[in-house]
Amino acid sequence: MSIENPKIPVEKLSTGIEGFDLISQGGLPKGRTTLITGTAGSAKTVFAAQFLAEGIRKTDEPGVFVTFEEHPAEIRKNLLSMNWNIAEWEERGLWRFVDASPQPGHESIESGEFDLGALLARIEHAVRTINARRISIDSLGAVFTLFSNVLLVRSELRRLSAALKGIGVTAVMTAERTQEFGEIARFGVEEFVADNVIILRNVLEAEKRRRTIEILKFRGTTHQKGEYPFTVLPDQGIIIIPISAIELKQRSSAMRVPSGSPEMDRMCGGGFFRDSLILVSGATGCGKTLMTAEFIGGGAKKGERCLLFAYEESREQLLRNAHGWGIDFEALEQNNLLRMVCAYPESAGLEDHLIAIKREIDSFKPDRVAVDSVSAMERVGTNRGFREFMISLASFVKHREIPGMFTATTATLMGGPSVTESHFSSITDTIILLRYVEMLGEMRRGVTVLKMRGSMHEKDIREFTIDDKGMHIGKPFRNIIGILTGKPEYLNVDNADRLSGMFRD
Amino acid sequence: MSICEKFLLRLYITGHTPRSERAIKNLRRICEHDLSGAYEMRVIDILEQPQLAEDEKILATPTLIKVLPPPLRRIIGDLSDTEKVLLGLDLLPVDLNLQ
Repeated sequence: MSIENPKIPVEKLSTGIEGFDLISQGGLPKGRTTLITGTAGSAKTVFAAQFLAEGIRKTDEPGVFVTFEEHPAEIRKNLLSMNWNIAEWEERGLWRFVDASPQPGHESIESGEFDLGALLARIEHAVRTINARRISIDSLGAVFTLFSNVLLVRSELRRLSAALKGIGVTAVMTAERTQEFGEIARFGVEEFVADNVIILRNVLEAEKRRRTIEILKFRGTTHQKGEYPFTVLPDQGIIIIPISAIELKQRSSAMRVPSGSPEMDRMCGGGFFRDSLILVSGATGCGKTLMTAEFIGGGAKKGERCLLFAYEESREQLLRNAHGWGIDFEALEQNNLLRMVCAYPESAGLEDHLIAIKREIDSFKPDRVAVDSVSAMERVGTNRGFREFMISLASFVKHREIPGMFTATTATLMGGPSVTESHFSSITDTIILLRYVEMLGEMRRGVTVLKMRGSMHEKDIREFTIDDKGMHIGKPFRNIIGILTGKPEYLNVDNADRLSGMFRD
Repeated sequence: MSICEKFLLRLYITGHTPRSERAIKNLRRICEHDLSGAYEMRVIDILEQPQLAEDEKILATPTLIKVLPPPLRRIIGDLSDTEKVLLGLDLLPVDLNLQ
């Protein structure tokens, strides 16, 4: 049995599971055993299988899968939905099953002492036959149900763990937990089999499921701490979203891009910055979609390609509305200047949406991105999930160094803060507020640039109108206070003069 | 069931450990005593032929498989509990315990 060289620090094996290598700072500890624990349905088996699958797909490393629960035929079939053709890998000597699943008719009578020497011999045989570098064992809890003597199973598993270390393979073992928060695993397996423990959670919160992964410990090496959301996609398996592991290292640009409206460009001191995030906040119907349309149109005039994610309106509605403002989305699409992705927020979980957005951006490679509206996503996930979604989305767009316009619908007609704003405003570079203004029994619309990082901008609240040519920003509202708070009040001219006089030297 | 029927038995062991030897000895004793020699016994060392253990999906050793007469039965352990072995070989009337 080989003893690890004490002079070399713990090496890591890149798993190939998206996001995992980032939160684990390089992968699983090489040549060691890692325990993956989670409740029923927490994607333990997927993790165990994906660990082997990615090894085969990315680096041609053969792997052994020891199954105590599901029959290999079921696993082959189930994982075909991930596009992992295990049968083919088996033929090519890249994957090998050690089938320890319960066999009908194999119930045995115990008479005297025994050990699991046969299982160990089979595993070692499988590893040697295909020269495996990775091994997954799913799951340890099932071993305990096969034999009456728990102490014996424990000592045999310890022997197995030691044997695996001796062969030098990197191993993943799964074990069940009964609760999301509580003891690490049933039968106390973590105490004797693994130097490293990873917890998968599938918590039901406010009627929504939220999957997270947490590296609890890596003996002798470092990792990111805390829970990270992940999702399981049908054709890709587990994808981890490494939110707080994202580095704040994007460059900054002084280059300006047109907003699509010359008046808005003036209000912003010459247009948006090329790598800025712009939040457009306003009540429903007060012109947010119009602003995104102008943003798209403005880009297209310069030959910039835009990707639009619409979560409130269908394609046809968007085409019609844009047409009403004099912007022909259909023509832009045909000229490959625009791609519209329309989806119901409820059609998927937040993590899935995020990954879909990333994939679209990666494949279309737009020059600007618009999301209308991000606040529609509020109702899909939990508060915390939504915040992570926003941060992740923002950072992803920023890293592309393209401008991103996000709209947020305020909770009430007259304005006021929304969840989106409170989560998002600190990471956006520019905030534009659109507000209804009631004046003498008439509804008008106001626009103001609330914040613009790194640039002078106008502080006025200007009136704007909408017609078949789009948005027209006019003169500032005078003698009105309380527009932003949603309670506009008229001041007569005397009062206004007195107010302005108060701040004069 | 007639005792005259010939028993076909396979004993899987991992190396010639004291436990393995004990199982072989116990099995021989039971066979000679209760099967009056009408048996064929094969000892398979899994360390030498791991593929055979894979084919039979054996986890524990020693494992005794009664291949014939049917039904197929598995007994694990060093076979020191003779009564359990006889039960596994269908040589004990099952209803004995119930009375």
